[in-house]
Amino acid sequence: MSTDAATPTVAAGPLAGLREFWYYFSMNKGAVLGLAVFVLLILVAIFAPVLAPFPPDQQFREFIRMAPPWAGGTQPQFLLGTDEVGRDILSRLIHGSRYSLFIGFFVVSGALLVGVTLGLLAGYFRGWVDALIMRVMDIILAFPSLLLALVLVAILGPGLFNAMLAIALVLQPHFARLTRAAVLSEKSREYVTSAKVAGAGHLRLMFITILPNCLGPLIVQATLSFSNAILEAAALGFLGMGAQPPTPEWGTMLARAREFITSAWWIVTMPGLAILITVLAINLIGDGLRDALDPKLKRS
Amino acid sequence: MKLMRTLLTATALVAVMGGSVYAKQLVFCSEASPAHFDPGPTAGGNDFDASSRTIYDRLVEFEHGGTAVTPGLAEKWEVSADGLEYTFHLRPGVKFHTTSYFTPTRDLNADDVIFSFERQWKSDNPWYQYLEGLSWDYFQGMDMPKFLKSIEKVDDLTVKMTLTEPNAPMIANLGMDFSSIVSKEYADQLAASGNLADFANKPIGTGPFVFVDYQTDAVIRYQAFADYWRGKVAIDDLIFAITTDPAVRAQKLKAGECDIMSYPAPADIEGLKADANLNVMEQEGLNIGYMAYNTTIAPMDNVNVRKALSTAINKKAIVDAVYQGAGQVAKNLIPPTMWSYDDAIVDTAYDPEAAKKMLADAGVSGLTLDLWAMPVSRPYNPNAQRVAEMIQADWAAVGVTANIVTYEWTEYRERGKQKDRPGAFQIGWTGDNGDPDNFFATLFSCSAIGVSNYSSWCNQDFETAIQDAKKVSDQAERTKLYTRAQEIFKAEEPAMTIAHSKVFMPMNKRVQGYTMDPLGIHRFDNVDVTE
Amino acid sequence: MLRFILQKLALIVPTIIGITIASFAFIRLLPGDPILAMAGQHGVTPERYEILKEQFGFNLPIWQQYFNYVGGILQGNFGISLATKRPVIAEFMTLFPATVELALFAMLIAVILGIPAGIFAAIKRGSWFDQVTMGVALTGYSMPIFWWGLLLIIFFSGYLGWTPVSGRIALNFFFPRVTGFMLIDSLLAGKPDGFVSALRHLILPAIVLGTIPLAVIARQTRSAMLEVLGEDYVRTARAKGLEPRRVVGVHAFRNALIPVVTTIGLQVGLLMAGAILTETIFSWPGIGKWMIDSIGKRDYVSVQSGLLLIALIVMAVNLVVDILYAVINPRIRVQ
Repeated sequence: MSTDAATPTVAAGPLAGLREFWYYFSMNKGAVLGLAVFVLLILVAIFAPVLAPFPPDQQFREFIRMAPPWAGGTQPQFLLGTDEVGRDILSRLIHGSRYSLFIGFFVVSGALLVGVTLGLLAGYFRGWVDALIMRVMDIILAFPSLLLALVLVAILGPGLFNAMLAIALVLQPHFARLTRAAVLSEKSREYVTSAKVAGAGHLRLMFITILPNCLGPLIVQATLSFSNAILEAAALGFLGMGAQPPTPEWGTMLARAREFITSAWWIVTMPGLAILITVLAINLIGDGLRDALDPKLKRS
Repeated sequence: MKLMRTLLTATALVAVMGGSVYAKQLVFCSEASPAHFDPGPTAGGNDFDASSRTIYDRLVEFEHGGTAVTPGLAEKWEVSADGLEYTFHLRPGVKFHTTSYFTPTRDLNADDVIFSFERQWKSDNPWYQYLEGLSWDYFQGMDMPKFLKSIEKVDDLTVKMTLTEPNAPMIANLGMDFSSIVSKEYADQLAASGNLADFANKPIGTGPFVFVDYQTDAVIRYQAFADYWRGKVAIDDLIFAITTDPAVRAQKLKAGECDIMSYPAPADIEGLKADANLNVMEQEGLNIGYMAYNTTIAPMDNVNVRKALSTAINKKAIVDAVYQGAGQVAKNLIPPTMWSYDDAIVDTAYDPEAAKKMLADAGVSGLTLDLWAMPVSRPYNPNAQRVAEMIQADWAAVGVTANIVTYEWTEYRERGKQKDRPGAFQIGWTGDNGDPDNFFATLFSCSAIGVSNYSSWCNQDFETAIQDAKKVSDQAERTKLYTRAQEIFKAEEPAMTIAHSKVFMPMNKRVQGYTMDPLGIHRFDNVDVTE
Repeated sequence: MLRFILQKLALIVPTIIGITIASFAFIRLLPGDPILAMAGQHGVTPERYEILKEQFGFNLPIWQQYFNYVGGILQGNFGISLATKRPVIAEFMTLFPATVELALFAMLIAVILGIPAGIFAAIKRGSWFDQVTMGVALTGYSMPIFWWGLLLIIFFSGYLGWTPVSGRIALNFFFPRVTGFMLIDSLLAGKPDGFVSALRHLILPAIVLGTIPLAVIARQTRSAMLEVLGEDYVRTARAKGLEPRRVVGVHAFRNALIPVVTTIGLQVGLLMAGAILTETIFSWPGIGKWMIDSIGKRDYVSVQSGLLLIALIVMAVNLVVDILYAVINPRIRVQ
């Protein structure tokens, strides 16, 4: 893709690039399956109020911890059973998809924005800016991510928004490092030099000239971070530091119902399964993207 | 054939004899690691189980399974007519533990008793601050410095305690964990060698069990004390397997990895009861879970609004869903097992229509308020968040919007006790000594505002009743006063009493003689195991 | 080589200083008062509060608290735990071997299963074996391990009764602690059945903790092998008619190992994060659970020193990996 150094890819006709990309992406059947599931999830999230049979926080006090009808339950209207205060689990899962996808989008956007900016600055200016930024990134990366997120959430107070901030913060160094490395390798190329000679300013050089040529690895990393964000938010929820009830966030649902693992397994199993399926779908897409965007693997 | 039978009998005999040689071992799946093994400066039930109830004794003891006080290290005692002087006669010949790290040269005497209290009381005592950041919570919390004037040695086996003013609950205080009697000889020996911290990590007491080993966050081992003054207990080895997750504890009990466990999750109780190898004991807990309205902030300064809010809540549904049969609806502040409980009180009935009308009559509409929920599970409320979710739904039905508020546990209590804290605040209390004063005065006296009176409620009639009850020692007289206090409490509704939880103790059927303790402690000195 | 190592070390010094500042600052930003957290349901009197504050040095200016803290660390004093009143370093050292034992065993499972799976998947690229293995690996990689752990406990301990529910060894084994590793200590004490018991206790948590590293290693091995198999020298070796097993074993595998070793090294930080969840689920007395408990108890001193120690260990391991990588692959040193 970047072999033709003199002409940045953006100029090479986006349609042709996209078609080529889709060709490679669709070769990976898993990726296509993942994409289909993901699109389905987005649709579910958008149309949650229409699709869900009940409001997510409506409590049916007479049907507390009702098993699903296919597992011995007597109430066919609750397809996946009811939870510890009699709410329909299917409805909560459907609404919960909104939170999980939102967490993914928010965290990835935040981490991308901050990480890419820092990486660009570090790689473009070098010197003390580079040293300072990269040392801070080293410090963040020296702490196990979940532990750091946990401490940050403990500082900010438990809650979904704070959990997302904390996760974004621990994920962004990956983007910063990746961007910096890409900038370093691109910076000395001819097209950058010629743009500089043509009188382009720092900002223009950084964001318009160099950045688009580092996109490939960033997209792959963003996909990985998307699934990581969902997993970490669920883990924080599991440790009681994520979204607070009655929010139907999957990790929180799982954590709050943990005591029922032996007596009412469906309350715990369903949210876990939802997390697994979502993360798996995104990771499948990530694999497909890597194959399609990584020129090295394309050759073989 | 005959030979065969003889052989079989012989084998069986050998087996029985062999069996009796094996040590009797009891494994207790406990819920948390103790901070250390000195019961004076610790405050958690898990700390007390591991120290004061195994390793130590007190001057007086609570009877097994009750709150009545019986003689302990003090054989008998006299109280002077003015209620100011307590004279304790110590039991002669009480031995301290002999271990690899300490060999006592003398029996228990008055010096040990005086040292046990003075180390918590006198800031010039070298042991007052023997660990960094020690605080003697219970000694302070039970107002001992205020009531104690002096503790003196009359002779080797007689101690005289003088009070500044009469205090009816004093004897009960001396049965509490913080009043455990430690060895002065051991303390002196450690002071001489400079290893003060060993006092908390290598404990020496007079109690039924001798400390053997502690693997941090995993296992505590004890051995029966052969020279225990009551006689050696039936089991030989006592092991605490620390297992913080209740579901895992239940699994371990089922798998036979432990013999007895504390605090099962309400959800697991059915399954444990159904297991043929297990026996699940249960008892009313000496506790109360409640929700305090701030009575100084409009519109909750209006008693009718408070009553309307309580009327709108379906307590029964909450107790069924959250306590799952492990609790009973509370109509009074004190639990039914406590003396002076007033069963004549009629509880607020659940009636959303009436609640709506009461709110309208009070001129309140579109009310929005904070509803506080503890972040942790407590014995008196297994899941405050779930209670909050249900109250939120009930209030929504009468047009009241509740925002669920929660903070980290210490922060939660800190914010909750502020006088101007808005909204309804879930909290609760577990009795320390079985005296009603420990509930009424601690939670709703005027002087507790800003400390543990979360309703900021100061009612003169109520205050007079509970303060008078503190001064008289006649129980019938006190009962009358506390009955009056309960009537005022119900009429004023400074808080909605939610539930008294039941406490469960699941154990293997081989465990014999365990009695549950209303104060929530776990004692194994009267337990035996069959093979 | 020496220059390379010195360079790396020079980079690490400012990072370590940054880490001490971060771990110190984090804990002071936490809401919830440490002194109140220590008190029970009765609370503390205001006078007592002031005395305690002074005792812990919480009344000093913040920079002075920091220098006292760093000064202490340089002398090996990591402070006294607010909760247990024991030196933090002593607590850490008693709990750390449990985490290391668990992590090493998890890594062992991951390597023993992951590398062969990756190699065979690469050799039989596109076969059903490849597809199933990689499908399973991706599922493992996507697993919420706290949920996975709960499922395994219910199935293997609860339903089948094959493995113990929690703990490190059966309680009837009681032998002196020498290394802190149950597997080693049981053998040192001459109790082979204790070794078996410890192993049975270790297996389930190790599987849970090893799941993600296993998936990562299998995937990484496969792609490294694929890359190497495509290289010219392997093609040449094949063309020369060398036995396929020899081609894979000698030429391809050795070169594919370099990225795999790096991957294994990089898993250390992730293992620590995983240990927090795994230890919580299995009541495993290690430092992950200890950190969670300390955060819950607002044990300032334990959290700040624990964070610092963990970060230092992660950095040390990464440094060793970097150096090893440079040893295996000399090209990196020049860059």
